[in-house]
Amino acid sequence: MTQALQHLLNTLVLGGTYALLGIGLTLIFGIMNVVNFTHGALYTFGAYAAYLACAALGLDFFLALPVAILAGLALGALIELVLLRPLRGSDMDTTMLVMIGAGIILQSGTLWIFGGVAKAIPTPFPDAPLQIGPVSLSWLRVFVFAAALALIAVTYGLINGTRLGRAMRASFQDADTAALMGVNVGFIYTATFAIGSALAAAAGALLGPVYVVFPQMGDLAAVKAFAIVILGGLGSISGATIGGFILALAEEFGAGYVSSGYRDAMGFLIIIAVLLVKPTGLFARAERIG
Amino acid sequence: MSRPFRLASLAALSLALLAGAASAQTIKIGVNEPLTGPFAASGTYVVNGAKIAADEINAKGGIGGKKIELVIEDNKSNPTEAAAVAEKLITSDKTPVMMGAWGSSLTLAVMPKLMDYEVPMLVETSSSGKITTSGNPYVFRISPPSSLEAELFAPKVDKLGLKKVDFLVINNDWGRGAALDFGAMLKSKGVEVGLVETMDQAAQDMSAQLAKIKASDSDTIVITTAVDQLTLIFKQMAALGLKKRVITTGGSQNPDQIIAQAGAAADGTLHLTTFLPWDPAKTPNPEATAYFLGEWKKRGFEFAGATESFRGYDGIRAIAAAIEKAGSTDPKAIQKAFWEVKFMGLNGPIQFVKTGPAGKESGQSKPQVYLIKIDGGKVSLVEL
Repeated sequence: MTQALQHLLNTLVLGGTYALLGIGLTLIFGIMNVVNFTHGALYTFGAYAAYLACAALGLDFFLALPVAILAGLALGALIELVLLRPLRGSDMDTTMLVMIGAGIILQSGTLWIFGGVAKAIPTPFPDAPLQIGPVSLSWLRVFVFAAALALIAVTYGLINGTRLGRAMRASFQDADTAALMGVNVGFIYTATFAIGSALAAAAGALLGPVYVVFPQMGDLAAVKAFAIVILGGLGSISGATIGGFILALAEEFGAGYVSSGYRDAMGFLIIIAVLLVKPTGLFARAERIG
Repeated sequence: MSRPFRLASLAALSLALLAGAASAQTIKIGVNEPLTGPFAASGTYVVNGAKIAADEINAKGGIGGKKIELVIEDNKSNPTEAAAVAEKLITSDKTPVMMGAWGSSLTLAVMPKLMDYEVPMLVETSSSGKITTSGNPYVFRISPPSSLEAELFAPKVDKLGLKKVDFLVINNDWGRGAALDFGAMLKSKGVEVGLVETMDQAAQDMSAQLAKIKASDSDTIVITTAVDQLTLIFKQMAALGLKKRVITTGGSQNPDQIIAQAGAAADGTLHLTTFLPWDPAKTPNPEATAYFLGEWKKRGFEFAGATESFRGYDGIRAIAAAIEKAGSTDPKAIQKAFWEVKFMGLNGPIQFVKTGPAGKESGQSKPQVYLIKIDGGKVSLVEL
C-alpha cells in the first residue's frame, strides 16, 4: 500500500512536467500546423540557459528560471522569424525537414560549446525530503510540480482569457478569415511559436536540477512530448495535460509492478491501445486543422 | 557522373593518398570511445588519459623513432555506432590496433569486426564476462570482469554483515552481467538475493524502481551503472527517504563527481573502484601515479575524472608496449606481442593471462579492486 502511494505521488510530480512538455508542442501544432522537431532542443536550451544563469551570472535558481523562460521565448521567436516565416505556405514535409535540421544544429551547437559531460544546476532546496506519513518527496520536486501547474494555468489563461489568446484561437480555426477580421496572423504565428518554445525551455529549466544537464537530454523528452500529444489528440491543450499524467502513470506503475526494464515501453503500449480504439487521440477537437 | 563531380572525386582521392603518405611516419592507434550520449563523461575522461600516455611516449621519442598518433572517434554510447567506428578505423584509417569501447555492449558490438579484419583491440573499461570468454583471440582486457570484481569483494561480504541484497543495474551486458556474477557470489556466501531491477541506459528517473526497492526487506542495494546515472539515483534515493547500504560496482563511479553533483545524498555509499588517486602512495606504482596525476592537473582536467582516465592512460601504454615488442605495425604481430607485455600499470601489473575456449583465447590482465567510502564529501579507503 505504501509502495502504491509512493508510486502515485511520483506519478503526479512526473505528470506535471510531462504535461508542460506536451502543451508547448501541441500549441504549435494546433495553431501553426508545424511539427516542431526543435522541441527537444529547446528543452535542452532551457536547461543550459538556467545552468548558465546560475554558473556564469551567479543568479540563484529562482531567478535563473525566468531568465531561461525568456531566453526560450526569444529563441522561439527567432526560429519562427528566420526559418518558418519564409516557408509559410510551403507543404508540411518541407517545414518538417527544416525543423529536423534546426534541431540537429541546436543539439550539435550545445555539444560544441559545452562538451558532452553532464552539468548540475544547484538549487537552494534542502536535501532532506518532505515526509507525508510513510511516503516522501523532495522539496525540489514539490516546487517543480507547483511551478509546472502554475505555468499550465498561465497558458490556459492566456489562450482563453486574453485578446492575444482570442486572436490565436481565431487563427487556429481559420487563418484567412482571422486575417480579414484584422488579426495580424504573422504576429500570432511568431507569438505562438515563441510561447510554445518558452514552455519547452521552462520544462528544461525545471527538470535540469532534478536530473542532470547534457546535450542529448532533449531526445528522450521530445519522444515523450510527441507521445503525449498523440495520446491527447493533436492540437488539444487539455488533451496534452491529461496525456502527460496518463503517460507518467503508465511508466510509474509499469516499472513498479510489471518490469522496470520496459518502463519506457509502457507508455507506448498505452498509446497503441488508445490509437486502436480512438485514432484521433483521446481529446481531439472536431474542428482541428490538418 | 558529371564532369565537375568526377574532377572533385579525383582531387579528393589524391588528397587522401597524400594524407596517407604523410602519416606513414606515425604509428596510428584507433580509439573508439563514447564522447556523447549517456557515457560521455566517462568516455571523455578515458580519451584524455590516452592523450597523456601518447604525449609522454612521443616526448621520449616515440616507438622505434616513430611518433604515435591517436585516431579518436566517438561511438555515441551506441553499439551500432561502435561497430561502425571500428570498421572506419580499420578500413579507412588503417589503424593496426585499437583501444575501446568503454561499455560492455559497445565492446561486444565491435568484437565481430576484430575477427573479420584480424585486428587486435585493448579493452580498457568493459566488465562483462562474455568479452573474454566468447573465443575472440583479438581481445586483450585490462579492466576486471565483474566475476573477478565479485571474487575480490567476496572476503569483505561477511565483515560488512550483508543479509539480503537487491540489485539495481543498467539494462545492458554490463549491468545484467554484474547482477549475475555478484548474485552468484553472494548466494555462495549465504546472502539472500532479492529484487533485480533494471534501468535503461538513457533513463533519468529511477523513482519507480527505487520505490519498489524501498518497500523490500533488503538491507543493501548493489548498483551498477556509470557516474551520471549514479548521481541521479543517489539524489532520488534521498528524495524517497530510502536509507539502505549502497555498494556500487564497475569502477566508473568517479567518486569526486558524485560528491560534487549529489552532495550529502552520497554520504555513506560504498564503491568498488580500480584506482586510488586519493592516496598515490598506496597504489602499486606510486611514481607513475604521481606523474599521471600531475599531468592530469597540469592540463586543467577535473580531478574527478582520474579514476576513469587512468584506464585510457594504461591502455595506450599497454598498446605501445605491444607495438614495441612486435617491432612492426602489422596487426598480427601486435596481437602476438600482447602476450609478452609485462609492466607495472597504475593499478597493478599488466600482463595478459589466457581465458576462454582453448585455441582462441582472449587476454585478461588481473588488476586490483578497492572498496572506498564517501562520507562528508571525502573519499576514504575501507580496509576490512
